[in-house]
Amino acid sequence: MTATALWWAVVASGLYHGVNPGMGWPLAVSAAMFERNRTALMKAVAMLGIGHFLATALVLAPFALLTALVEWERPIRIVSGIFVFALGTWVMVTRRHPRFLARVAPQRLIFWSFLVALAHGAALMLVPIYLGLCTVEEGDTGHQAASTLISGGAGEALAVAGVHTLAMVIGGGLCAALVHAWLGLRVLSKAWINLETIWAGSLMAVGALAAVEAAV
Amino acid sequence: MTIRPDPTFHANARLAMEAPAETLAYTLMLSPDGSQPDGLAVVDVDPKSPDYGKIVHQVIMPYKGDEFHHFGWNACSSALSPLSGHAFLERRYLIIPGIRSSRIYVIDVKGGPKAAKIHKIIEPEEIFSKTGYSRPHTVHCGPEGIYISTLGGGGADGTDGPPGMFLMDCETFEVIGRYEMDRGVQDKQYDFWWNLPRNYMVSSEWGLPPQYENGIVPEDLLANKYGHRLHFWDLRERRNIQTVDLGANHQMALEVRPAHDPVKEYGFCGVVVDTTNLEGSIWTWWRDKDGKFHAKKTATIPAEPADPSDLPDLLKGFGAVPPLVTDIDLSLDDRFLYVACWGTGELRQYDVTDPMEPKLTGSIHVGGIVRREAHPSGQVFAGGPQMLEISRDGRRVYWTNSLYSSWDDQFYPAGVPAAMVKADVGENGGITLDPDFFIDFPKGYRSHQIRLEGGDCSTDSFCYPSVK
Repeated sequence: MTATALWWAVVASGLYHGVNPGMGWPLAVSAAMFERNRTALMKAVAMLGIGHFLATALVLAPFALLTALVEWERPIRIVSGIFVFALGTWVMVTRRHPRFLARVAPQRLIFWSFLVALAHGAALMLVPIYLGLCTVEEGDTGHQAASTLISGGAGEALAVAGVHTLAMVIGGGLCAALVHAWLGLRVLSKAWINLETIWAGSLMAVGALAAVEAAV
Repeated sequence: MTIRPDPTFHANARLAMEAPAETLAYTLMLSPDGSQPDGLAVVDVDPKSPDYGKIVHQVIMPYKGDEFHHFGWNACSSALSPLSGHAFLERRYLIIPGIRSSRIYVIDVKGGPKAAKIHKIIEPEEIFSKTGYSRPHTVHCGPEGIYISTLGGGGADGTDGPPGMFLMDCETFEVIGRYEMDRGVQDKQYDFWWNLPRNYMVSSEWGLPPQYENGIVPEDLLANKYGHRLHFWDLRERRNIQTVDLGANHQMALEVRPAHDPVKEYGFCGVVVDTTNLEGSIWTWWRDKDGKFHAKKTATIPAEPADPSDLPDLLKGFGAVPPLVTDIDLSLDDRFLYVACWGTGELRQYDVTDPMEPKLTGSIHVGGIVRREAHPSGQVFAGGPQMLEISRDGRRVYWTNSLYSSWDDQFYPAGVPAAMVKADVGENGGITLDPDFFIDFPKGYRSHQIRLEGGDCSTDSFCYPSVK
């Protein structure tokens, strides 16, 4: 896959995570209604974004270190792809929701968003895409020092997490603003579609695709 | 799991009020002497149906002696908050505890009026061993699953340790375990409810099992030994953060009714009897800007003088009938509070637009210890207005007449055969008894709590404000 296609995948997954009500945008509508102003909506979306960014960056960080192991690149990509596929399968089969998420106080939106992105594999979904990007963009890296490779990998990881989160914030923010200003809360119960199967399926697809592409 | 959220879930109370009216009511039937098994009656309340006002289906339990009392749904509108993580549950199962046996039935009501059937039975031993509590009571669906309050601790008489609350999985109905991390001074339990986005819960106190199971204990009441406190909890931290004492003479603080709009940080509680003058009272509780909770008596209902020869033994010495405020219920627009005066046989409607100044706007007399006001249908209405339920649109109020088997016998020694009646609510308040609505129950049963298909005013929790 080309770098352009992979960057689009980073953006698309961000929008997808953003518009999914389960990732939190209805909480921004609620915040605006509680505070009776739109600033509260934007603040809540930003908090959701910060949590999402931290989760994504945290998950990508170890892989940024692994970019130093140039000769292990292929097995790392295969194993991580299989891992994401396995996680998707687990989500598909068990269909259980982690109960600890309900213990987070509603005011702690950053923490909640962080945990949700980790718990539902949203952050992990980016790993295969990120590793693919490292591969196509690395060029002639065989002779570079490990430290250079790592700092390059870390920069790339932050860029991926940043672009992904920006798309997520735009997607979620637009949904929240539309519902708050125009559509009304009735839409929430009408338009919320159970994405659990699709979500698990996308994890499986992303993982499988990455593993196969690395292997062949 | 469904593809879309359950159509009976509503983001806020205003949307719930605009939803289609209820067509079915579920009413608990209990056998006061345990001679037959308790049951769930499915009542047709759709005026367009040929079976309107009739019991169209019964689910009779396989055991005797459960004593049905309160019950609730497995899921409600709170599922529409992303924080719940359970947007695709269905409001489909009624969780019915036996207050005497500690057994819990899960009834699946999906599939039409006649489809209700037993889905699961949780035996008392499982509740004892997993929670150390007994005598389950109020049921609400909330964060982490289904919350159930209990009226007894461990041991045969339920006094080994304080009563409390426990959690149940909202999909598998497995008992998870105790709720409390830090109960503070809480040592009695009755009702509870919450404000989910504000993250607090309120619980109330009735008494310990020896104080109610074999009837009210007059010596304990006159010594002010029943509950008289409200406990406020950090909901997610599971910690009692403040206890407000209403004063020892305010005996039995029962139903807790927070405003349905989560923006409002207040609610109500009914106190059964003031031992100094036998009056019943309504209390308004609220949270101030600093997060402190307060409670204030905002309405009182006086006792009615009576000839001792008209009174049951328990009350002869007092020469008066206490109103006995045993249930209160708040309409979804937080405008009208309904108050059941089980002793005097009165249903009161208060306008609580200003929660600190309830205004009496309606009253219906039916039943009562001394008044014995007849129902216009000509059917026997013994007891007094007790468990209330208000339709989502606020236009109809349903109620039954039995309090609790052993207490019924003390206050109404002639018996309290099951009844369920209805009043219609005027556009701007006022209530009138529907002369034609009187549900005929099978012989030997008493009736207790009512739930409405699609949610009602004492089960649905909303996570979004009602106004923009």
